[in-house]
Amino acid sequence: MFGFKSKQPAETESGKDRLINQLKLGLKRTHALLLTDVGDLLQGTRLVDQSFMDTLEDHLLLADFGVTVTQSIMDALPARIEGKADQAATVYQALRDLLHEILVPVDQPLKVPPAASRPFVILMAGVNGVGKTTSIGKIANHFIRQGHSVMLAAGDTFRAAAVEQLQKWGSKNNVPVIAQHSGADSAAVIYDALQSARARNVDILIADTAGRLHTQGNLMDELKKIRRVITKFDPALEPECLLVLDAGTGQNALMQTRQFNEAIGVTGIMLAKLDGTAKGGIIFALARETGIPIRFIGVGEQLDDLQVFNSNDFLNALFANSA
Amino acid sequence: MFETISERLGRVIKDLRGQGRLTEENISTALREVRMALLEADVALPVVREFIEHIRVRALGQEVMSSLTPGQAVIKIVNQEMVSLMGESNSELNLKTQPPAIILVAGLQGAGKTTTVAKLARYLKENLNKKVAVVSCDIYRPAAIDQLKTLANEIDVEFLASTVNQDPVLIVNSAVETARRHFSDVLIVDSAGRLHIDNVMMQEIRRVHAALQPVETLFIVDSMMGQDAVNAARSFNDALPLTGVVLTKTDGDARGGAALSVRQVTGKPIKFMGTGEKTSALTPFHPDRIASRILGMGDVLSLIEEVEQKADKEKAQKFAKKLQQGKRFTLDDFQEQLQQMRNMGGIGNLLDKLPGMPGMQQKVDAEKGNREFIKLEAIIHSMTPQERRKPDVINGSRKKRIATGSGTQIQDVNRLLKQFTQMQKMMKKFSRKGGMQNFMRGMGGKMPPGGMPF
Repeated sequence: MFGFKSKQPAETESGKDRLINQLKLGLKRTHALLLTDVGDLLQGTRLVDQSFMDTLEDHLLLADFGVTVTQSIMDALPARIEGKADQAATVYQALRDLLHEILVPVDQPLKVPPAASRPFVILMAGVNGVGKTTSIGKIANHFIRQGHSVMLAAGDTFRAAAVEQLQKWGSKNNVPVIAQHSGADSAAVIYDALQSARARNVDILIADTAGRLHTQGNLMDELKKIRRVITKFDPALEPECLLVLDAGTGQNALMQTRQFNEAIGVTGIMLAKLDGTAKGGIIFALARETGIPIRFIGVGEQLDDLQVFNSNDFLNALFANSA
Repeated sequence: MFETISERLGRVIKDLRGQGRLTEENISTALREVRMALLEADVALPVVREFIEHIRVRALGQEVMSSLTPGQAVIKIVNQEMVSLMGESNSELNLKTQPPAIILVAGLQGAGKTTTVAKLARYLKENLNKKVAVVSCDIYRPAAIDQLKTLANEIDVEFLASTVNQDPVLIVNSAVETARRHFSDVLIVDSAGRLHIDNVMMQEIRRVHAALQPVETLFIVDSMMGQDAVNAARSFNDALPLTGVVLTKTDGDARGGAALSVRQVTGKPIKFMGTGEKTSALTPFHPDRIASRILGMGDVLSLIEEVEQKADKEKAQKFAKKLQQGKRFTLDDFQEQLQQMRNMGGIGNLLDKLPGMPGMQQKVDAEKGNREFIKLEAIIHSMTPQERRKPDVINGSRKKRIATGSGTQIQDVNRLLKQFTQMQKMMKKFSRKGGMQNFMRGMGGKMPPGGMPF
């Protein structure tokens, strides 16, 4: 448990199955909340009445969908199931369609642009303790398996031992880590790494940053500076500003996304720690309210516990037992 | 924290306050709003439901209907229910045992356990004069032990070494032994973050707990957590005999839903909350005060305590004496006041706790206010000692020099001098015999005119 396994061969069938199973496991609770209970509700010849709708509403709220999204789903659902509401499958299908419509616009996997602008920079940002550094380890592994060369930049110079933590992930992936002493200027570290990455012709540079609460103006300014430094190094670079969110976060995830977006222009979201319970609902709120592409989801602590976000897979996992 | 929830509740309260008569209907509307506000704040659904029911029953009862100001009565009920939801009063750490008193922290990944261990260690060391040792049995996350070591060095408490190939139980056993030999008063044990559904890991923390027999087992929870907070809290509470909860990252804009639900689910008091990045940012949790903050009634008690703790008493007394002796209030004194204000965490922190002010915070850019302070200080710093003692000598060319020196405009210097003259006048009133009382009566509790730079 929690040991770091050696690299898995790229995309074997069993590897993929394992990931899907893991995702399913992670979503089991959400799934149980959304469907099994609703399934029970629908057993027999029970019609979709007010108490059914109330229960469904509760389940959505419990899964962190949030008041706004839940409300809009509850408003839209009756029209979709009109006349055939006594069939469980119809209600499932209608609900699935509704949820799918919310997720489609944000279902855009991260593509590494053609070789022209190297390095492709992935700037990781997020509040404290969401799992940025662990995610970097996993994303690095993901791109290495696709045959890219990767370098890491230890931009978290604030938290004690953050540099060491990243270095350990670097050595597990066997990729270079550019680091300075703790307390160094984060933007300077990343500028250093950019130079080094270009000199060594590295495909992808993943830059760590210190966790910061989105309400801390000074720290957000520091992040803006880091973002500026990348453009300063080469205006042609189009970095991926990847915001890491903890899947266990409630509606505050929206505030975080807005603030980070304002500061650095978030181009993608990674939802980490989706292997817990009652999680996933916030993804719908995020999709609806921000429209920012969701790139990856993290489903465990091992090197390959990373999934490229795919709305169909996500919903399949969510609706595994239905249909 | 808590701002948005109080903003929303504030609207409800405003509506209710004006009502001379409450009908079942307008109570229902208000409660629906309260429900939405609580859900948006990530308060767990079952907790919300219970909370609303309690208020509904009481609001329709005699105590409200017979009240002359039913709106106020409802607000009082909401406040009371909120306090009882979060636990009546502050619970302190229980360290009454044969030393070393052992504190074990547990929680999910990224909740802030290691940081909290350092904060607690510093709190115990500085406030209770305890000899503290810390140890980490997180053998899983890369560099977790290094992190605690660095923090321990920073706050200068004893760090008991451990390595990742040791069993956590062996680590803590030898740590207790060492702490005893070194006559430590308190041993704080950091544990690995774990998912509450991970049976293997939950079994491990039970073994650690059994080996340690701690007097305090604290559950560390991120205040931004969603509906799942209650599930996690319940599982940890079932697995371990928790004695309390620490709420972390409350300096964000999380709406504190976790604070309202975790206590309800576990029945264990929230003992502390983490309020910032630094190791000093840990404050005892007072449910009554937090409830008034949520309802926008301010938290003056905490503010006073903070002022007492952080303000330099000696300087303050010297200053008071100086005024009593009828000495002039100089720019040096002014500067010292500014400094004290900044020590206290700046305008934002103060506004946050003043009654009726939490709403203000959005309007007044706290950071702008703080920048203004820095500017004022820079201007004073650019003056000669003579100018600071006798600002009357500052003429046009001196003003120009001061403005250039402090990187400000002449207008800024003028403004500062004007504010200073006003303050000086005020201070004169203080220094007269019985001046303070007269002054307060005259003010009627209002803010000093022109004394604030914004």
